[in-house]
Amino acid sequence: MRPVYVAGVGLHPFGRFAEKSLTALGMHAVREALADARVGRGAFRAAFCGTVYGGVAAGHKVLTALGLAGVPIVNVEAGCASGGAALALGAAAVASGRHDCVLVFGLEKMPRGIIRSSFFEPWREEAGLAATPAYFALRAQRLMRESDVRLEDLARVSATNHRHGVANPHAMYRKALSVEEILASPVVCEPLRLLMLCAPNEGAAAVVLSARPTPVRVAAAALRSHHAGSVLGEHTPLSGLADDGVPTPTEMAAADAWAEAGLGPADLHVVELQDTDAARAILSAEELGLCAKRAGGRWVRDGGGEMSSRLPVNPSGGLLSKGEPLGASALGQVVELTWQLRGAAGPRQVPGARVALAHTVGRGANACVVILTR
Amino acid sequence: MPATRAISEGLFVSAGDGPRLLAARCVACGKLSFPAAPVCPYCGADGARETRVGPAGRLYLYTAVLSRPPGYRGEVPYGFGVVELEGGLRVIARLTESRLERLRPGLALSLVVEPLFTDDDGTAVLSYAFRPEEA
Repeated sequence: MRPVYVAGVGLHPFGRFAEKSLTALGMHAVREALADARVGRGAFRAAFCGTVYGGVAAGHKVLTALGLAGVPIVNVEAGCASGGAALALGAAAVASGRHDCVLVFGLEKMPRGIIRSSFFEPWREEAGLAATPAYFALRAQRLMRESDVRLEDLARVSATNHRHGVANPHAMYRKALSVEEILASPVVCEPLRLLMLCAPNEGAAAVVLSARPTPVRVAAAALRSHHAGSVLGEHTPLSGLADDGVPTPTEMAAADAWAEAGLGPADLHVVELQDTDAARAILSAEELGLCAKRAGGRWVRDGGGEMSSRLPVNPSGGLLSKGEPLGASALGQVVELTWQLRGAAGPRQVPGARVALAHTVGRGANACVVILTR
Repeated sequence: MPATRAISEGLFVSAGDGPRLLAARCVACGKLSFPAAPVCPYCGADGARETRVGPAGRLYLYTAVLSRPPGYRGEVPYGFGVVELEGGLRVIARLTESRLERLRPGLALSLVVEPLFTDDDGTAVLSYAFRPEEA
């Protein structure tokens, strides 16, 4: 296997863009990434497109519209980790020597409100079992019961992400929020308040991968889906909710990524992790080994993840500030971290960042961990 | 007497001493799963044996759903939780009680099968839920 490098990145901001088609969002990100990579048209020999709600041939439509069709195009669905899965496939194609240059992109226009998912059979929807925020709430309750994470800690995680997001022009929400404001926002599903949850939205991101050395290397791109038995006995879609004794997809993907990169949590300088809700952000930190298991409450209270801490987490503002376009969110993290490693992240730059980790996890269950180094 | 139907076949049965969920016990690894499936989701073995579980359960995790999730046809708010049944089986289920001050970990629950909504043709659609045993 040979090293894989990030040659170029592009991003369409995350938000709501009623006047733009899904294809237009993807075109924006792909053009920007190709221009950033300074590779000619058609330099990439394969394309991998992450999307969940994009429908048939979403990636093909983008490359057709840009006059760039003709290479193999694969649309990739792995829930919230779709963009990471596309990146893992693209990186493997370059590492194996199959292609010298590939295009990876992700795009999404999420439906509004609580997301309808074909994951749930019609009877489960009719019976009220497709209540996605309620699953997040149950996981949050379990976290709070089994450790000393308190409601105020959840609010502080959200406040930290929103404070970071103020400096990110690509984020949907750029307003600092106090712990008090977050706690006072409406309850969605106890214990989660509205301002502790990320908003589904729209956006696109693209990454050009190459065998030709650049300053930013893809040191690992690991995707893992759930372990047999690591979902509820009822086969409910969210792992880690009530299972015991089986590793979570994030733990498995992280272990693979550490092994592939020859690195560990102590080597990291900056992290972008899944923060669909504030409890998920703490769980992600624990599962990635950024703090000890069941020490996430202390980690938050000690300022863990804040820009002034040893290891800043979500300098972009996270999904809580950016919103979550499923197919694009993982690649949005990779774009942000590439800027961080290039020293080009402007006011949200983590000084001297050389090792970065991106993490997504979601329905399926799937988790992706990407490690970038310079 | 209006007609009734189950929200989905093969989820539950009503017995003389109360309803039961239709789970499956794997003949190879012994694990329980619900709803019953022909292949064990833990070990992949064929030939799971139908096992009736309930009606007694204990509350493990819980919250309240305040706004209507996609496709849901019952009333809001409703309770929503993970219930532990005999044999260690944990199921996600609707709870008849949505007032969180009346719910707590370990609370004794019993399975109920009751009308959740009415079809356009007047058929009452039955679904399962768990109800606190104490008032």
